[in-house]
Amino acid sequence: MRIREWSYWLFLMPVLAALVLVVIAPLLLGIYYSFTDWNGIQATGFVGLANYKAIFQDERFLNSLWFTAKFSIVSIVLINVIGLSLALLVTAKLKTNKLMRTIFFMPNLIGGLILGFIWQFIFTKAFAGFGSLVGLESLKGWLSTPSTGFWGLVILMSWQMAGYIMVIYIAYLEGISKELIEAAEIDGANAFQRFWHVIFPLVAPAFTVSMFLTLSNTFKLYDQNLSLTGGGPYDSTQMVAMEIFNTAFKQYDMAYAQSKAVIFFIIVAVIALVQVYINKKREVEM
Amino acid sequence: MRKKYLIPLEVIGIFLALLWLAPFYLMIVNSLKTKREIFEDTLKPPSHLTFDNYIAAFKELDFLKTFGNSLLITGASVLIIIIFSAMAAYALSRTKSKVSTIIFFIFVAAMLIPFQSVMIPLVTIFGKFEMLNRGGLIFMYLGFGASLSIFLYHGALNSIPKSLDEAATIDGANKFQIFWHIIFPILKPITVTVAILNTIWIWNDYLLPSLVINQQGMETIPLKMFFFFGEYTKQWHLALAGLTIAIIPVIILYFFAQREIIKGVSEGAVK
Repeated sequence: MRIREWSYWLFLMPVLAALVLVVIAPLLLGIYYSFTDWNGIQATGFVGLANYKAIFQDERFLNSLWFTAKFSIVSIVLINVIGLSLALLVTAKLKTNKLMRTIFFMPNLIGGLILGFIWQFIFTKAFAGFGSLVGLESLKGWLSTPSTGFWGLVILMSWQMAGYIMVIYIAYLEGISKELIEAAEIDGANAFQRFWHVIFPLVAPAFTVSMFLTLSNTFKLYDQNLSLTGGGPYDSTQMVAMEIFNTAFKQYDMAYAQSKAVIFFIIVAVIALVQVYINKKREVEM
Repeated sequence: MRKKYLIPLEVIGIFLALLWLAPFYLMIVNSLKTKREIFEDTLKPPSHLTFDNYIAAFKELDFLKTFGNSLLITGASVLIIIIFSAMAAYALSRTKSKVSTIIFFIFVAAMLIPFQSVMIPLVTIFGKFEMLNRGGLIFMYLGFGASLSIFLYHGALNSIPKSLDEAATIDGANKFQIFWHIIFPILKPITVTVAILNTIWIWNDYLLPSLVINQQGMETIPLKMFFFFGEYTKQWHLALAGLTIAIIPVIILYFFAQREIIKGVSEGAVK
């Protein structure tokens, strides 16, 4: 196939049309709108950087950004630690390891919205029931305070995504040759040394993939946020994605919401690029 | 690992597996209770079995219709993503040129764009041209899903020798015949991966349909679930039965295709 041939463009046309109309045009148009007083229907004039200036004094937005960052960092660490631990567990020669993989992965097949509703019940009702059974006051009133809302979201995401990350680590763990581990064992390395000096460096590439996936899933989280806490109490657990949504579709402040969306895009793109760069560099050094 | 570790590990594993299942267990147990029983104790099993909650929730969710809507939208979207992404990846991988490299790069870069950055203009533009609801939604899924799918197909196509295409060209097959009868069947393993990843995503997606579907009777399962939950927020017995109903089709599918699903997800992520 050559570029001049019509068949080349015919093969590309459907996806190119969809990408341009659904992603690229809205992105460019959105950047343009963010400098105007667009109200969703029309823009009457340019406002320069006014929208962007307002963002930096918008406490609700800055709070949501800070909450999202905290949530993402804590979740990324927990999901990866739990995911790698589960992967190590189910790659040991256990009788039940196939069944365990199936169970740990299961939450990922169910939508975040539904999982959030299920956990809303667990946190508000079952936790309280269990708390009065064992006499733990701290299990009562979950999701009604900012900190239980935060940890509720962290627990939900860790429970859901650890099994997903586990699957990625398994793929790398199973690629390590048995001879290598046996050789280390014969040389007198104990279980911890074998893990730290042999297994760990070999699964390092899995970190690149897992970090990328956990970060993009936690930073852009919306569904679970909506169904578990709804952003409450008093917007204290509202993440950036929800904040932008509410500015646009609840307050109908379209141009302003769009400028927040542009900032969000820049943050996501910068984090992703930095992450890819660091991981590539580290892999080369190893 | 030495044998003496295996029994404690097995015990830890079983404990964790039960912990992982606990939310589902609590959901099902309480979905079989009356409102009063849930209020009294959430941990106890129900005093007697009744499916009244399920019957009520099933009706309220208009489940057969909602399920059909989800099936139609997910099925159609995944089908066009598979066909058009494979075609595009084929053109890009078989035509080595600067243009192909740039187009491929644009698709990969588009994966970095968060949905929230484009959603507001997207919905207003498509709304203006009255392209919302089913058709528009399926087209949007093509736009958002194409990048990853093209990336996966592109990787697989690079390992299929070009001599295959050339032999078919000599035999007089045109480009489309070569793609459809020779290349596409060889891509089957990666097609399974692409299908699984896109199905999980689209079936469960809430945000995009909530913005695009604005006609009653067209709601997908997550969308209907949201409205349903809003109405029965203090009636956990009905809400939990509804949630269970919504999950059952996925669990049945998982039961039959778990190997393929886990393999597909793993391949999609690792590549």
